[in-house]
Amino acid sequence: MSLVTLTIDGRQVQVPPGTTILAAARQAGVKIPTLCYLEELNVIGACRLCLVQVEGARALVAACVTQVGEGMVVHTNSPAVRQARRLNLELLMSNHPQECLTCVRNTSCELQQLAAELGVGEIRLQGEMSPYEVDDSSPSIIRDPRKCVLCRRCVAVCEKVQGVSAIAVQERGFDTVVAPAFLAPLGEVNCVNCGQCSLVCPTAAIHERDETDKVWAALADPEKHVVVQTAPAVRVSIGEMFGLEPGSIVTGKLVAALRRLGFDKVFDTDFTADLTIMEEGSELIHRLQNGGRLPLITSCSPGWIKFIEHFYPNLLPNLSTCKSPQQMFGTLAKTYYAQKEGIDPVRIFVVSIMPCTAKKYEAGRPEMTSSGYRDVDVVLTTRELGRMLKQAGIDFESLPEEDYDAPLGISTGAGVIFGATGGVMEAALRTAYELVTGATLLSLDFEEVRGLEGVKEASVNLAGTELKVAVAHGLGNARKVLDAVVNKEREYHFIEIMCCPGGCIGGGGQPVPVDNEIRAKRIAAIYQVDRQMPLRKSHENPAVQALYREFLGEPLSHKSHELLHTHYTPRERF
Amino acid sequence: MSFGCKCGGELNSKLDALLDRYRGQPSALIQVLHQAQELYGYLPRKVLQRVAGALNVPLSQVYGVVSFYSFFTIHPKGKHQISVCKGTACYVRGAGQLLDRIKEELGLKPGETTEDGQFSLEVVRCLGACGLGPVITVDEDVHARVQPERMSDILAAYRQ
Repeated sequence: MSLVTLTIDGRQVQVPPGTTILAAARQAGVKIPTLCYLEELNVIGACRLCLVQVEGARALVAACVTQVGEGMVVHTNSPAVRQARRLNLELLMSNHPQECLTCVRNTSCELQQLAAELGVGEIRLQGEMSPYEVDDSSPSIIRDPRKCVLCRRCVAVCEKVQGVSAIAVQERGFDTVVAPAFLAPLGEVNCVNCGQCSLVCPTAAIHERDETDKVWAALADPEKHVVVQTAPAVRVSIGEMFGLEPGSIVTGKLVAALRRLGFDKVFDTDFTADLTIMEEGSELIHRLQNGGRLPLITSCSPGWIKFIEHFYPNLLPNLSTCKSPQQMFGTLAKTYYAQKEGIDPVRIFVVSIMPCTAKKYEAGRPEMTSSGYRDVDVVLTTRELGRMLKQAGIDFESLPEEDYDAPLGISTGAGVIFGATGGVMEAALRTAYELVTGATLLSLDFEEVRGLEGVKEASVNLAGTELKVAVAHGLGNARKVLDAVVNKEREYHFIEIMCCPGGCIGGGGQPVPVDNEIRAKRIAAIYQVDRQMPLRKSHENPAVQALYREFLGEPLSHKSHELLHTHYTPRERF
Repeated sequence: MSFGCKCGGELNSKLDALLDRYRGQPSALIQVLHQAQELYGYLPRKVLQRVAGALNVPLSQVYGVVSFYSFFTIHPKGKHQISVCKGTACYVRGAGQLLDRIKEELGLKPGETTEDGQFSLEVVRCLGACGLGPVITVDEDVHARVQPERMSDILAAYRQ
């Protein structure tokens, strides 16, 4: 293929035909500002901040949507370009609330960043403000249309990545707003609370519900015994909140930081991830051996759960009845742990640190009270915990490495890989293989189910039976797998579905920004943690073994069913 | 169904036929909305949900189209449609007073329908009869050089 040669700011650049000016400039090391642009997902040339001058062109062109041409001469930094970009930014800012100092995205806002980069020195234009009010109807996501710049990145992600389209562009002209149909509150529609919109929002127009105040209050209450659980994915991402490289493994520092905040016990969701494998693996074997409904589909991801309730209610019997690891943890903290330590469960306050906004919704589901109390009291996202640590003045990087508390902090490598797409499947295979065959697995690494491929398939020989499995992450990919099952194009025994691209490491509550490069680094870190664990199979977790011995009996026992399993609710598609 | 539809059953079977014709065709959205609005006089929420389901278009996007084009309405229209021209000529010749008068008579603002379902009011720009301003139309009838005090009589003629 012959390359196109063009000149950008006096330098010759060669790129394949069809490349945009933006991509060509990036290749040449020239930075062009963007706002609405989201690679492959939202390429609409709407914000006009990437304007460049092309010699011979009638007007300035948007670099993100204009393809290069042979001999093209581009100027990205002429007075006309700078002036036009700055004016367009000023217009975007003219109806933006000047609340930066108190805004949740202060210092992580792209609009703020652009104002600095483009040298907007004063607010010259004060426009009429948005007529819409803050929508705080959702337990997970807050919509603040006043801060919306109408870049449509959230709309693109909701539609193209997740296949949900809970929000779209409504009304027109000055009344244009990103909202659900009928401008309904987000908490009342088919939004699955995944928070992918909050990851791509350049401002604070969409952000997580902040519940840090509730945790500060519990920590300050001497009557409360406050325990915390950390999801697998948080240990490979929270470092980013403190300027560390994506994929930095900070497990020990995270534990130390939580102790310094004042939590009475620092536990690990990895423990109940191992427990999930015991229950779900047994459920799979039970269904396989007793002609139960197949394929069995995993139930750890609360965004995925609400998605299937809305869009594929007929497949609800295929879902594992296992609660998610977060909810299993909450239940056990207020039953098993309370009994073991002789603490009145009324006094126990369970906090979760999750990479996920949907976990907030999950914790509040009416059925999640099998301990006799609200099983999980507050869910904080990675971002919220990062803010708490900053408020507490904790110097994260200089913290020592500390260990989780026993017994609910003891886990295996199988628990930690829940944080990456394919991890639940791999953890389940490690255990199911050994439980069914009675033999020791020679290689623990099921490479076929790892990585960022949207849909992964594998087949595993389980004592003579070919177990066919599939893994999907991102709900758009989940749709592909489910449609293939519904249309009988594919047959599987077991399917893992994670709501967010990359799995929980790419969750909607994670530090911004997130792209595939960052996802891959976090995933690599997850598997590194797994490799370094002395135990890597859930059924070998001594604390889980003790839990069954002392409390639950065996997997799928009556008590397990009562405490660790749940049911689902069919919902309307719209 | 609410007022505006004479016979829910007949309309619904017509909608069924319409949706069957375009099932699974997202690109037919606008013409389906046109025809559905023709059937019902407006686009009720339930109808939009059914259109979304049949054409396989997310409801948020269906509503996006409906709320973008001023032709579409999600509010039931009255039996009689009053359009007040607020083009330049009509405006300077007193369209504003006409709107005030209609508000007094019917309690209506543009975009609304009276509670008894008799009248809907909308503002239009230039009906192409500037010499006759201020102009209003009620259904297909054009009323020229309307003085505010004539409004009562004009409306009474349509009331039943």
